[in-house]
Amino acid sequence: MSYSDKVIDHYNNPRNVGSMDKSSSDVGTGLVGAPECGDVMKLQIKVNPQTNVIEDAKFKTFGCGSAIASSSLATEWVKGKTVDEALAIKNMDIVKELSLPPVKIHCSVLAEDAIRAAIGDWKKKQETGKPVAAEVK
Amino acid sequence: MSTDVKVPQAEVETEHTNGNGVKLPIYMDNHATTPMDPRVLEEMLPYFTDKFGNAASRNHSFGWAAEEGTETARERIAKLVGATTKEIIFTSGATESDNLAIKGVAEMYREKGNHIITAVTEHKAVLDTCKRLEKYGYRVTYLPVQKDGLIDLDDLKRAMDDKTILVSIMFANNEIGVLQPVAEIGKLCHERAVIFHTDATQSIGKVPVDVIKQNIDLASISGHKMYGPKGVGALYVRRKNPRVQISAIIDGGGHERGMRSGTLNVPGIVGLGKACAIALEDMPQESCRLAGLRNRLRDSIMGRLDEAFINGSMEHRLPGNLNISFAYVEGESLLMGINDIAVSSGSACTSATLEPSYVLKALGTGDDLAHSSIRFGIGRFNTEAEVDYVADRVIETVERLRELSPLYEMAKEGINLKDVKWAGEAH
Repeated sequence: MSYSDKVIDHYNNPRNVGSMDKSSSDVGTGLVGAPECGDVMKLQIKVNPQTNVIEDAKFKTFGCGSAIASSSLATEWVKGKTVDEALAIKNMDIVKELSLPPVKIHCSVLAEDAIRAAIGDWKKKQETGKPVAAEVK
Repeated sequence: MSTDVKVPQAEVETEHTNGNGVKLPIYMDNHATTPMDPRVLEEMLPYFTDKFGNAASRNHSFGWAAEEGTETARERIAKLVGATTKEIIFTSGATESDNLAIKGVAEMYREKGNHIITAVTEHKAVLDTCKRLEKYGYRVTYLPVQKDGLIDLDDLKRAMDDKTILVSIMFANNEIGVLQPVAEIGKLCHERAVIFHTDATQSIGKVPVDVIKQNIDLASISGHKMYGPKGVGALYVRRKNPRVQISAIIDGGGHERGMRSGTLNVPGIVGLGKACAIALEDMPQESCRLAGLRNRLRDSIMGRLDEAFINGSMEHRLPGNLNISFAYVEGESLLMGINDIAVSSGSACTSATLEPSYVLKALGTGDDLAHSSIRFGIGRFNTEAEVDYVADRVIETVERLRELSPLYEMAKEGINLKDVKWAGEAH
């Protein structure tokens, strides 16, 4: 498997690695994938409640180089966007930007899922004021 | 094309040297294939040009010269495995040898029975051959393996019935290097007049293989796994106690005692023979050296990283093999981080099927740890300095990727990952 330069760059210099306080009311957390499938992404956003602008984003990913690059790129892209603008990001945009081969498209799907999950978690918090991410049985 | 064309450098990585004088990239994937020993190449070269004859040409010196080459090779192979020259059949490689052994026995002994026993951790060359035979009305039992990768001899005994004609169990596994108890398996087979085939691709030339002492009836041999050329292999076919007969799967000029038609690949066969001669001479000291390097790599990695797990028995194992799962790190991303080192992973991402290693799954290793596995195959041309470099690179890359891993973070927070309801589990 040969990787595009952009995938290699994100793998070697992942942007926005880290974690935010998932109990904070302005933080939305998306945790998608499963260890058995070989990919787990955690994407977190910090949203300004006045403007709905995503002011910060962090990620951590267990997965192949393409999964790491997809989630790293996703954090770059959502930063500075409003929640609604971020929801418009499609996995195929990520595929194009990173030149992902067909077998790696699922990595981009997972990144899109992670964005949606993070925003969904934040939206729920705005309704209920309670964190619901990363449920533990 | 002129003959002095400069061969371009391999595209994998530009060769360079690190501070300790280690030449990069490092090849440590010797179960996939081995570099050819220069002594093998030297022996082969005349057979491409001066001694180009067809070994089946009986009436002129060109044919005799070629035949002399193939017969010397036959003697050398036979000597390495304790066989006689008439028991060595040349093939194009171990995949063909496995096919010939299993299909050849299945057809020849069809009247005696239709039951074949193999194991779930076999190479695809054996498993897929058995699967095809199932379509033709054969019954196949796929034995499970224990946690250490070895089959349970009692399972084998129980699986055998009066319709069993063949047992095919590999000598050494290509992923985890574990050595099956072949002598005991062969004994059980012979007590019941069942033929015993072993895919010995990974073990020949690495550990002692003796077809008499180990009760082997058929053994598959490959050139390129033992510092010989690709595209050549052999099948050992026992001629007495018991005499084993196989039907050919390639028909034609009746070469190789009718068992494998086709003009002999003379340079390849000569190379395979030389590779066997070198292996026989070097094995006692080389297997100790390899085991020493392997243990050094293991101790280094296991001593400096937590939550790393060795897959398969350490006691019954090829000297150059090490297979480790690094929890919370996905195998392909690890390979990407150590891209100046050639090793393999059992991760789904590195396979065509997107399924993690079926061998590791058969050991009871969870899918998550199967995705996290790396196979190190240390070989004849690896050095201690290389092993130390590999250990350092693996450790620093695992540590870096763990910092990036949400699973590692959750585990450190005390969350039991097995209790988490994963969104992607329906995938």
